Amino acid sequence: MAFHFKESPAPKEEVLADGTVVTRTCAWSPPGCHAVGCGLKLFVKDGKLQKVEGDPDHQLTQGRLCPRCLALKEAVYHPDRILYPMKRAKENRGLNKWERISWDEATELIVTKTEEIRAKYGSESICIYMGTGREAVRYGFTLGAKVLRTPNNCYAQSGWSCMGPRQTAMTMMLGSAYIELDYGGGYLDVWDSPDFVAPDYVFCLGKEPLKSNPDGLWGHALIEIMKRGSKLIMVDPRMNWLATRADQVLQLIPGTDAALVLAILNVLINEDLVDHDFIDKWCYGFDELKERVQEYTPEFAAKTCGITAEEIVTCARKLGYDGKHHWSLLMGVAVDQNPNGCQVTQGLIAMAAITGNLDVPGGTVVGVQMQFEMTGCTDSMTEELKNKCIGWDTYPIVKVLLNTTHPDITLEALETGRPYELKMAWFDSTNLLSPTCSAQPKRWHDALMKMEFVVAKEMFMTPTVMALADVVLPLATWAEHDGIVMTNQGCQMGIAGAINKALQVGECKSDLEMLVHFGNAFLDDYPFKTVQEYLIDDVGKLGTTWEELSEKVVAINDIGGYRKHERGLIRADGQVGFQTATGRVELWATGYNRMGDEPLPYYFPPKLGAEARPDLAKEYPLTCTTGARYYASFHSEHRQIPSLRRLTPAPYIEIHPKVAAELGINTGDEVTIENPWGSCHEIAKVTPIVREDVVSVAHGWWYPEEDGEEPNLFGVWKSNINSLVPHRVLGKMGFGAPYKQLPVKIYKTPVEEQILRGKGEYHG
Amino acid sequence: MAKVGLMIDYEYCTGCQSCELACKNEHGFGHDKWGIKMQEFGPYEMESKKLEWNYLPFPTSYCDLCETRVNDGGIPSCVLHCLANVIEWGPVDELAKRLDAKGSKAVIFLP
Ligand code: SF4
Ligand code: SF4
Ligand code: SF4
Repeated sequence: MAFHFKESPAPKEEVLADGTVVTRTCAWSPPGCHAVGCGLKLFVKDGKLQKVEGDPDHQLTQGRLCPRCLALKEAVYHPDRILYPMKRAKENRGLNKWERISWDEATELIVTKTEEIRAKYGSESICIYMGTGREAVRYGFTLGAKVLRTPNNCYAQSGWSCMGPRQTAMTMMLGSAYIELDYGGGYLDVWDSPDFVAPDYVFCLGKEPLKSNPDGLWGHALIEIMKRGSKLIMVDPRMNWLATRADQVLQLIPGTDAALVLAILNVLINEDLVDHDFIDKWCYGFDELKERVQEYTPEFAAKTCGITAEEIVTCARKLGYDGKHHWSLLMGVAVDQNPNGCQVTQGLIAMAAITGNLDVPGGTVVGVQMQFEMTGCTDSMTEELKNKCIGWDTYPIVKVLLNTTHPDITLEALETGRPYELKMAWFDSTNLLSPTCSAQPKRWHDALMKMEFVVAKEMFMTPTVMALADVVLPLATWAEHDGIVMTNQGCQMGIAGAINKALQVGECKSDLEMLVHFGNAFLDDYPFKTVQEYLIDDVGKLGTTWEELSEKVVAINDIGGYRKHERGLIRADGQVGFQTATGRVELWATGYNRMGDEPLPYYFPPKLGAEARPDLAKEYPLTCTTGARYYASFHSEHRQIPSLRRLTPAPYIEIHPKVAAELGINTGDEVTIENPWGSCHEIAKVTPIVREDVVSVAHGWWYPEEDGEEPNLFGVWKSNINSLVPHRVLGKMGFGAPYKQLPVKIYKTPVEEQILRGKGEYHG
Repeated sequence: MAKVGLMIDYEYCTGCQSCELACKNEHGFGHDKWGIKMQEFGPYEMESKKLEWNYLPFPTSYCDLCETRVNDGGIPSCVLHCLANVIEWGPVDELAKRLDAKGSKAVIFLP
């Protein structure tokens, strides 16, 4: 791993003639998105943010910004921001009866209550809850394990359906923390580097990176490589705008991805479009895979996926090995939000491996280990305490891979008190009642109401904080603190950027400040007294110094370049090969076998689909997918930001014109979406981009402009699509839930039942 | 000297609307005033399974080509911030050459 800085980078700070200080920095939610670390210049005069601009000297983003970061000022000075710690009596949960307190009082209250609960019920009765992508993720594991000293860290998405399945295959088949699109992320000049080889094809399955910037990939890098000749193959039930620029689109039935991937493997292998040299040298289990894929013919998959066999064969031939061309894989969260997801990823990695496209220029970049504390954070805990982590006995894979609780088993533990009672919750910057992660959020709400003590960190009063918290701590934006942001936590090519503090708002503290603050409040021997000390240590381990990074603002991290397995850069022991039991790419995965699943990929019909559940299909004929992104928001963030809300004022359900006509639904109508587990309302958008048998329903919605108190809770139940996701419908290993394959019926909401009136015309 | 215009490649304009906000930030326009506004054409299914769908930002009479920024040696705000890097700015004769080289799906605006 090596960091590369520009030769003479622009200064970190510049003072203009009128006294305005311009600070270069990199962004990471809150607010914004994943750890992309786009470059910004913040103009601050007399301690007040005047304006933001993109930083043209940032190697990767070169000044470009999303509307979300361009609207930063509206978030920083929003009248609804939480600016100081607040507390509320337990019996007032759900009521706007907050009382401002000092940091000292908040700290004492939290430490006293936590220690009381620890003494009475044990450390394991405390659970920390994290969301996706925000900066809290970098410090939450450490905060939970080392400061609160609990083994229970929960990401509440049913089936760990963001990363669980993909991580399983990446770890078990390669021993890599992440694999990624090759966009030249390791070069100082990125895609303009003379050494960059643009992939001939990009195979994109279940991802729309332009809006989501997933896991730190700066999405518009894809546009740059397309301008440079890369052709795109899109696999998605929605023909989104990106798909209109693709060379080929496979518009499949949601949840059938494994059948498609296995059929592509069938064609690649049977037509001998594979790289025998790579397979002989580096793969394990090719013959078994060959045998396995025989049953998955293109004809079988065509019928299953609702596309044609020709489409599948054509696609496979484009991706076949010919000794000259390369393709790169982009796989998204749709892979994970599928009980069959572990097998989809297994098939995708096999496709990349046998066609000789793993870790070659223009192929799929194999990542190294993540540069933050996750699985290691509980090392100092006793084995006894560590193994109390909820769900490890049922689904041991979460222990091996993620060092968190199992989300579904956590809900059951909250509800039943088995294997033991959970008593305290710490929401580490997650809004799990809004339709972001948890399935059946109402059940989570009711179960969490039983907690004796609840702490939350947030920028705004969210439904989760309003309903559940006893103490809320004011969270700083990225403009208000020092820190570090790395593409994919440093395991992938991309940037390492400094988050440079430019201003202070209220009494807000960042996730890192709160880690250090509570580290010292809880422990006598916490190793860092200040954020600076922490960063000097943290960044120092990465081959540069905090001072250098902060001064130069952004570096390119090459993670060791390509073909790292040939140079011993993947395995912890420095040997050549991959970090697996056999040292090879395990097409026959010994790890899957050990975890109680089949070692070879397989397909099963969607668990709630027409084939498996004909009983449901009759009443709920449409398949609902959810989670499509918008430029104006990041999951449940940004709904209160005026310029952004104007871009996307309401949650939209996309319906095919034919279905809409049959149901008498027009664009702008309020629609009820219903299934046996729940119902919600959204606004109709009639559009040919979805399949006739599919509707796409927006996620993340709540209405900050509405009454925040119980039972309304900012309207959080109105458009809560996650209410329709059943609890614990998972794959064999406990990963993957059917967020994107729900059987539903929809109808135009009768006037007397309408709850979204006026939502289309937001004037906040 | 030739007039200065904006060339937009609508093959790759992703409809992100950053240009709108970037322009508002620069000029201090309120919510209902734009120097440039993204327009959407489509999605229309003119042929089975093929969608015609384009985004194109349209400069308004309030676009002053970022006179102040440019006089201070900068580039227009929308050009700097455009996520897909599809807005080019310069004398129209130069832009015309680039338009020709691009070959399709691009326009030049003279705001
Ligand atoms: S990708 Fe967009 S929202 Fe995310 S940090 Fe960059 S500019 Fe901000
Ligand atoms: S050139 Fe300047 S004024 Fe014109 S649209 Fe772009 S940002 Fe607005
Ligand atoms: S910023 Fe660029 S990509 Fe985005 S809408 Fe404007 S022109 Fe299109």
